[in-house]
Amino acid sequence: MSKSGASLEVRNLHKSWGQVEVLKAVDFDINAGGFLTLLGPSGCGKSTLLRLICGLDEVSGGEILIDGQVVTGKAAAERNLGMVFQNYALFPHMTIEENIAYGLKIRKVPTAEKKKQLDRVADLMALGPLLNRRPGQLSGGQQQRVALARVLVSGRPLVLMDEPLSNLDAKLRVEIRSEIRSLNKKLGITIVYVTHDQSEALSMSDRIVLMNAGEVAQIGTPEELYERPANTFSATFIGTPPTNIIDSSEVEYPADLNIAGGHDVKDCLFGIRPECIGFPTTDKNLRVKARVKSVEYEGKVFLIHLETAAGTSIVQSYSGPSVPQYGEEVTLGWAREHTHMFSKKDGRVITVSR
Amino acid sequence: MNKRLPLGLGFVLLVLPCSLLVAFTHYPAVKAIINSLWNNASSRRPSRFVGLENYEAMIADDKLMQVLTNSGLYALGTIPAAIFLSVSMALLVNSRFPGTGLMRLSFFLPTMLPLVAVANIWLFFYAPGIGLASQMMNAVGLPTINFLGSTETSLASMMVVAVWKEAGLFMIFYLAALQGVPENLKDAARLEGAGPVRVFFDVIFPLLRPTTIFVAVNALINAFRLIDHIIVMTKGGPDNSSALLLFYIYEVTFRQRDFAYGATLTVLMVALLGALAAFQFWVLDRKTHYQ
Repeated sequence: MSKSGASLEVRNLHKSWGQVEVLKAVDFDINAGGFLTLLGPSGCGKSTLLRLICGLDEVSGGEILIDGQVVTGKAAAERNLGMVFQNYALFPHMTIEENIAYGLKIRKVPTAEKKKQLDRVADLMALGPLLNRRPGQLSGGQQQRVALARVLVSGRPLVLMDEPLSNLDAKLRVEIRSEIRSLNKKLGITIVYVTHDQSEALSMSDRIVLMNAGEVAQIGTPEELYERPANTFSATFIGTPPTNIIDSSEVEYPADLNIAGGHDVKDCLFGIRPECIGFPTTDKNLRVKARVKSVEYEGKVFLIHLETAAGTSIVQSYSGPSVPQYGEEVTLGWAREHTHMFSKKDGRVITVSR
Repeated sequence: MNKRLPLGLGFVLLVLPCSLLVAFTHYPAVKAIINSLWNNASSRRPSRFVGLENYEAMIADDKLMQVLTNSGLYALGTIPAAIFLSVSMALLVNSRFPGTGLMRLSFFLPTMLPLVAVANIWLFFYAPGIGLASQMMNAVGLPTINFLGSTETSLASMMVVAVWKEAGLFMIFYLAALQGVPENLKDAARLEGAGPVRVFFDVIFPLLRPTTIFVAVNALINAFRLIDHIIVMTKGGPDNSSALLLFYIYEVTFRQRDFAYGATLTVLMVALLGALAAFQFWVLDRKTHYQ
């Protein structure tokens, strides 16, 4: 019964708790069968947004559309969506079977059909031998599977997930990550996924909505967010280690470095990914002088932490020969095309004419 | 830090608490058992060992049977009512209505008042003709009932007082338990289409089970040891219709001065309460913890 997914659209959504405005004019959409991630630091409003979509909280303004239908005023149960909660929210007094079939029981699904659906998801999530246990007897990873099964059993076309992996250890996280991704592809359900972990977002999503302080900072595919950050927030949030932001006054740049829209290079911040920083090879390179503060060996690369004379910290991810030593002063260099330029005024990106 | 107390000083320090424990708990308990095997001394003949004679008398005691029946009825009547009332009150004050602080206070007030004072207030309520209960019944055209003075209503009237008095305390336990029910479990049930009633019976009430059992066992124990408001309000009457076990023990021991039979009844009560406590700790505790 692998139904296809439902599309979701959020238009100009606002939410206030009393005087505090936690969501300001949020807009985004996702196609049926897509995987959308709401990404952002804690307190940016992403979980609130998820609760608004599923109908557990009421919006203060704006519209939510599922499959083209406005659902803003509808009760949670009428929106035909499922949700996986951060702590799984399994009912501790029910067996795994009762947990999974709870929604079917409420909707009075006939016993034969219930059994069929239960067997289907138990099989899908490999839960067969656990059906008679209680949640307290299961490991974190197994509980996570049960939570997924409970959502999948009803065949809901849209599934919301609120940081579902945050309570798992690193190895299990990677496993379940790919499991969720394959469920999304195999069953065609639409998934809206909330996380604060940018690497999770980059590896799983079709589209990412990056949020900061209740506003959308950038929307795009993982590649777009990584390669073309729209602002300094996006540049520093995505990627480990994050993009270096260096004031243009500290950088030696070629005289012919032009920017569109009549901006002066002096009013710019330069953003460079750690892996794009090397040592100058041509005079077309941008350069900055810095002193090595520490060197970390990461296996594939060295992470070199440096500091400029003005006190700006720079991280370089370096794999070449002759690693600089502690205390050494070096001249770093990078190519023009790796330079992101942001306005000093509002942090927005300025297009470089190449 | 790892200084050891000299052994002698250790014993000296233990003597005071141990002697209190022995003097007021262990010695009386042992003495009660011994007394129950002897008969009463009089000025003419000393006390004499009678074996299980007192217990045989106990089994044949019709009045004891009535008292135990009363205690049982009292427990059956007060426990479900107190639980129902305290859960309802806890749900009410746990909700987001304005004025819940005041409600909490007023629900808890009966528990804070001394039982003897409470009993006096209720004596006024129940007073035939002039009491609040009578006046209310007269206002709607019902005849006056002598609540405390007739055998049919005296026990029930005592039960109402006990529920009123106990529900506030139990509400505090339920309130604490309610606040421990994770929000996301309720959210999960709501998302599946469960209404508020369904959420309560499927999710909240089962998670309150440890509290319910704790409350039920405590109410049961109270039903057997309750004495204060009976002494103040009915003195067990009329015709023993409102006498409970502890009140009966008090009557036998200190009014009739039958110490041997009083001790026998005390042993019975300790055995009953011990069985209840054992049931709570060994049977129910194991079944109520999910994690």
